[in-house]
Amino acid sequence: MTAAVFFGCAFIAFGPALALYIFTIVTEPLRIIFLIIGAFFWLVSLLFSSLIWFTTATLIGNKDEPREKYLLIFGVLISVLIQEMFRFAYYKLLKKASEGLKTINPYEKAPSMRLLAYVSGLGFGIMSGVFSFVNTLSDSLGPGTVGIHGDPPQFFLYSAFMTLVITLLHVFWGIVFFDGCEKKKWYTLLVVLLSHLLVSALHVGSYFPNHGSNPRPLHWKRRVLTTRLPKSSVCILMNFPSVNTPMSLKPK
Amino acid sequence: MVASTSASLRIDSRKFHGYELPAPGAPGHRDGARVGLERPLPEKVGIEASAQLRGKMATAGGGCVADPGSRSLLRLLSFCVLLAGLCEGNSVERKIYIPLNKTAPCVRLLNATHQIGCQSSISGDTGVIHVVEKEEDLQWVLTDGPNPPYVVLLEGTLFTRDVMEKLKGRSGRIAGLAVSLAKPSPASGFSPSVQCPNDGFGVYSNSYGSQFAHCRAFQWNKVGDGLAYEDFSFPIFLLEDENETNVIKQCYRDHNLSPNGSAPAFPLCAMQLFSHMHAVVSTVTCMRRSLIQSSFSISPEIVCDPLSDYNVWSLLKPINTSGTLEPDDRVVVAATRLDSRSFFWNVAPGAESAVASFITQLAAAEALQKAPDAATLPRNVMFVFFQGETFDYIGSSRMVYDMENGKFPVQLENIDSFVELGQVALRNSLELWMHTDPMSQKNETVLNQVEVLLSTLEQSGAGVPTVVLRRLNQSQPLPPSSLQRFLRARNVSGVVLADHSDSFHNLYYQSIYDTAENINVTYPAGQSPEEDLNFVTDTAKALAGVATVLARALYRLAGGASFNDTIQADPHTVTRLLYGFLVRANNSWFQSILRPDLRSYLGDGPLQHYIAVSSPTNATYVVQYALANLTGKVIDLTREQCQDPSQVPTENKDLYEYTWVQGPLNANETDRLPRCVRSTARLARALSPAFELKQWGSTEYSTWTESRWKDIRARIFLIASKELEAEFGSMAELLDVAGKGLNQLSVEANLQEWRLKPAFSPHCWPRACLQRA
Repeated sequence: MTAAVFFGCAFIAFGPALALYIFTIVTEPLRIIFLIIGAFFWLVSLLFSSLIWFTTATLIGNKDEPREKYLLIFGVLISVLIQEMFRFAYYKLLKKASEGLKTINPYEKAPSMRLLAYVSGLGFGIMSGVFSFVNTLSDSLGPGTVGIHGDPPQFFLYSAFMTLVITLLHVFWGIVFFDGCEKKKWYTLLVVLLSHLLVSALHVGSYFPNHGSNPRPLHWKRRVLTTRLPKSSVCILMNFPSVNTPMSLKPK
Repeated sequence: MVASTSASLRIDSRKFHGYELPAPGAPGHRDGARVGLERPLPEKVGIEASAQLRGKMATAGGGCVADPGSRSLLRLLSFCVLLAGLCEGNSVERKIYIPLNKTAPCVRLLNATHQIGCQSSISGDTGVIHVVEKEEDLQWVLTDGPNPPYVVLLEGTLFTRDVMEKLKGRSGRIAGLAVSLAKPSPASGFSPSVQCPNDGFGVYSNSYGSQFAHCRAFQWNKVGDGLAYEDFSFPIFLLEDENETNVIKQCYRDHNLSPNGSAPAFPLCAMQLFSHMHAVVSTVTCMRRSLIQSSFSISPEIVCDPLSDYNVWSLLKPINTSGTLEPDDRVVVAATRLDSRSFFWNVAPGAESAVASFITQLAAAEALQKAPDAATLPRNVMFVFFQGETFDYIGSSRMVYDMENGKFPVQLENIDSFVELGQVALRNSLELWMHTDPMSQKNETVLNQVEVLLSTLEQSGAGVPTVVLRRLNQSQPLPPSSLQRFLRARNVSGVVLADHSDSFHNLYYQSIYDTAENINVTYPAGQSPEEDLNFVTDTAKALAGVATVLARALYRLAGGASFNDTIQADPHTVTRLLYGFLVRANNSWFQSILRPDLRSYLGDGPLQHYIAVSSPTNATYVVQYALANLTGKVIDLTREQCQDPSQVPTENKDLYEYTWVQGPLNANETDRLPRCVRSTARLARALSPAFELKQWGSTEYSTWTESRWKDIRARIFLIASKELEAEFGSMAELLDVAGKGLNQLSVEANLQEWRLKPAFSPHCWPRACLQRA
């Protein structure tokens, strides 16, 4: 079953992103470039957040469990902040680039900001999805499967869906964020930040040590693991378009 | 999701290279006590081995390259490693696998014609666990079970030739075997050794004493079933820790048991065993391959190493070791063996097979050294502890070879007589049997010399009430003994002292059960380790009696007469040695007699006596230092002087060996009182002459080699279904190979720099580190 799990989870997690890429991105070389730059920006943000996390971890230098937990929560907070900062930086860069593009090639219409928002969001999403899921996916190759400690056997499936959700969320966050920037509605940026924080905080639960001696965190964690799909991602997925201004996903 | 990224990095660096390394701080896949023996690094293949090591280490964090030119890169990479280390504990892998940390594998050994031992496929062998507690349970594994292949968890009592042949016959249904320790030891005895040990390498052959060759007279090791000399195509592991065995059994009960013999439902509990061996066929083949590799490849993949270590020897009166003795100098040789083995790698307690005898000889050496006229005796006495005798007399054949070629200070013609201690701890009543060689006694002079030797022993035994020396029928051959190698070269007069008159009394010859309990070394409950160390057991008293007889006999043979009855072996010495070698090596006395840098060699369990391929092993060092401290003198030198005595005019490095030892604790038990010990205890190479002569197919000398391996570990986990896993194993293998390829590239890229300064390594094996230091 390991092969089935591997391919199933891989297509659940990356299938939609792949489809979006094939049908909306590869049609124009410029979009590919912007997508890759977006992915690169996300990587740089990861580098910065891990640097900060690492220095604090070495400064504290204690490895007892509660403190490690707080450190992780702190890391999440910092990381989300830095990611959003880099999104803003990317927005600024695109702003400049689009003016530059106009001067270079005045006859061709520069890509709209909405389209760029979508492309960059997808770049962010793909890269974060790959980073969060590829190693889990490689573990799904087997020979073993999750469950020897009593973990739910659907772990890989949950992770795959979570990755899918995160990838799509990044697209939406990108669009909302850029739109807020364009219209100078700064509170939308705050909404993006807060929702990103919320999703990440829910996600943290699954990465705490799962077979500790204390039964309560285990119970709590299992609940998160099994409920986070409907509660967090789905509601966010449903709500955002209504908060959002219309999206034009049509390729020109 | 963000939080997961750091964890992802960690798995990334471990997984994609196909290795699984214990992350810093995580429990390693071998227990700490063994790390010193982890993987052998002989001098001549150091570069290759280091490169291999680098290959391994590189996977820990994307490569730690010790290149001063790219410091920043180094920092970035070490940062990655640290980052990886910090995230331990959150991995997906931990949700899937339970590693088994306290296991001992069966590995492949090779000689001139055969391979023995076990191996797995390169990516490990996986099978559904089935616990076999009684012979009927085998039915399920061999025919009934619907989910083959199986990994059998076998009770120790069932680990017999019968059962193993059944399993071997259906090897398609067997993925591997995990054997648990039987407690108590099997009452009917268990010896995986052969019935006629060291056959073909002793003195008897079809052309010389053919009536004694191949144990025609009788089998020395009657219980031997020869399991340890069989070749198995599946991996076999020993489970040393009862808790781990119980975890496996629990997993089996939770997932693999079904009511009334129906097929259990997936997921099933499975075990994966990794012990892939690089060498195949025979020593001839594997040494040739290694040679070709090392002469043409810049990163040679050595596939096997000769078993080798060091003999320990000392002299009663110091001689100049830079030359050789004059032909008319006479030396009485007292010999015994240091090593044992079992079915499993580096599990060789050898209590009766080796430890009791060499402890007795150590006690005798101490007693003899205390004789007031020891320094003025007309003949010298040499104490030798041969290493590797289990594997066709590696140690003694090498010493004879060196003596013949003038590479050893003592020559063959200097040997006056030869007294060897066989197995001596399991005496029925008080008898100690004197075995002699009937063939050499056909010569009149030798016959007379042996007669003198025997009567000297009998006279010495007369004063010791706890030992009765008994002669044997003249036509009985020698038991397997080092003396046979000397007799092959020269007709020396010699005797082997043993507790058995014909077959061994030892029911557990060269097995995992040849432990302290086998020779009745037990301690009253509730004592502290320190009290146990000094508690004189009955076994210690009995062995001290044997040691007294030996010491007095050696004293007489060396020409002494006046102080014969004052020579007395100390039961306290014997009991402390027994405790240290068989119960707990890390005790206050062993600590006080060892060099400070060897401190970590002492584990909390008994020492193991497998010869191994890196040297010297822990046990060899401890024997050397015990001998040095028991027979040597504490002299007043500073640490620097002790380490380089040539600066001191009164000392001579050719005559003596100087060692700086930790010394006992002071009165407050806070600091140690280190000191310099001067003795004649030295090491002599015990590498079979077959490898010196490059005669890998030799029938004259031992040709045993040990295969190399990359990865030995075991783990349990759940599998979701069997059919797909089989086809999918190949894909995992593909990834594995790709990872190794990448790894190899990085190794080769760094090799040039590595060759220039091999010592500039941030990571070396513990032993290699020590040796460099």
